[in-house]
Amino acid sequence: MASHDSQFGRLPGLFASPDTSSFTEFLGSYSPELLPGRRTPPSSRVGDDIPHGTTIVAVSFPGGVVVAGDRRATAGNVIAQRDIEKVFRADEFSAIAIAGTAGIGLEMVRLFQVELEHYEKREGRTLSVEGKANRLATMVRQNLGMAMQGLAVVPLFAGYDEERDEGRIFSYDPAGGRYEERDFYSVGSGSVFARGALKKLYREDLSAEDAGLVCVQALYDAADDDSATGGPDLTRGIFPVVASVTSEGYRRLGEDEVGALARAVVDGRYESPGGPTAPLR
Amino acid sequence: MPFYVSPEQQMKDKADYARKGIARGRSVVVLQYDDGILFVADNPSRALHKISEIYDRIAFAAVGKYNEFENLRLGGVRYADINGYQYDRRDVTARGLANVYAQSLGTIFTETNKPYEVELVVAEVGDDAETDQIYRLTFDGSVADEHGYVAMGGQADAVAQSLKDGYREGASLASALRTAVRALEAQDSERRLEATSLEVAVLDRNREHRLFRRLSAARIGDLLSAADEGASGGASGGSGPGAGEGGEGVEGADGG
Repeated sequence: MASHDSQFGRLPGLFASPDTSSFTEFLGSYSPELLPGRRTPPSSRVGDDIPHGTTIVAVSFPGGVVVAGDRRATAGNVIAQRDIEKVFRADEFSAIAIAGTAGIGLEMVRLFQVELEHYEKREGRTLSVEGKANRLATMVRQNLGMAMQGLAVVPLFAGYDEERDEGRIFSYDPAGGRYEERDFYSVGSGSVFARGALKKLYREDLSAEDAGLVCVQALYDAADDDSATGGPDLTRGIFPVVASVTSEGYRRLGEDEVGALARAVVDGRYESPGGPTAPLR
Repeated sequence: MPFYVSPEQQMKDKADYARKGIARGRSVVVLQYDDGILFVADNPSRALHKISEIYDRIAFAAVGKYNEFENLRLGGVRYADINGYQYDRRDVTARGLANVYAQSLGTIFTETNKPYEVELVVAEVGDDAETDQIYRLTFDGSVADEHGYVAMGGQADAVAQSLKDGYREGASLASALRTAVRALEAQDSERRLEATSLEVAVLDRNREHRLFRRLSAARIGDLLSAADEGASGGASGGSGPGAGEGGEGVEGADGG
């Protein structure tokens, strides 16, 4: 009988490798080629011709948080996809959304989802909201080499904090910096415009539904001024992805619910193309 | 080498040793009900589980030495997560996992001095009762494909007998739970099990995404009293003895 590892026949190392509840760490010892962070970044800067995801927004409301994203991916001046999804369930009580290089972002989301579930199953408890946010920061930081070559991914993480009974929003920079945001936030190419809209539309006593409406309004404003952000596509019935996280868990709004929000926003814009106006004083 | 021990004797000693260890603990019962698969353990601990989630549709139940089956459980979670990550979530199956466990247990049994004192069930809930899969694995790595119900650990024979009498196909959750608890009480004549001394979980095919769910003590209590009311209220359903289809024999390895 050779080493302890070969005891387990078909999957050496499955039972014997370092005792960790982190899926990423285990993956690093089991099949390192699957880890995004271990790849050699391209030697020269990659151009615009790889699809990029654009604008995502998050708005908190008493008892939870809403995350939403437009549906456009662009490769240079071409619309690479008009129905891409950028907002995902991270686990029962959190959501992750991505902006930046779509391929790398989607892989990061998948790995992050498994990471959270793996920890939960092995340890019998879920990570704290900060624990999840920190874990994601490490993943973003591992992508720094890629980011320097033009393949950056910037996620937005939102979770329901059971102890405080409130939604929390975390933003990141390509170097893995993790920042907790108050009230609302937006990332991606249209984020400057979306954030301006959020600033005027946000109030502390939003209901879950109104928080969704604020998100759709902000995405409309982003699409209005940023060519890489897609507005609601009424002809094809493609609407933003809107999801809420509350004590009830993660819930993605149904097509009919988002459709109603999007139609209300578009209808309102016939009257006033700039959207709802904020009181001057 | 002072004494010669024949291989037959060696294997027999190991098997006896493992069986004794397993019989020392308390029993676990796994049975099918109308919405999925029910797992019930005579286990008062809130922290040390005998029943656990492995993947979307797959759960794990074990008896025997905690550190040994916990090691197998952790390995199983890794197996499932790594395959689901590399391929697709649908590509993680109970059959694949049972094979990995069979290999591991078999190798440990033949090649080490001390076999694992464990017995496992790996179950996967399907779209209907026909496609549910329940695999039972013993300490030597043998696999049995079970239907209906499984009892293992402790006084497994007495528990299995009670299940055989009480099991009914397509029972409701409450009545299946009542059958399971009655079977666990058959471990010895004085045994009365309260909701707080039970660990209960289900793979519920009507849920979404992750189908495994633990039941709280309050919910267990409610279900048990609902089943008792149903039975005493003269409802013909209840959990009384029915035409139990039954699992295959303890050693039965029905290919499937």
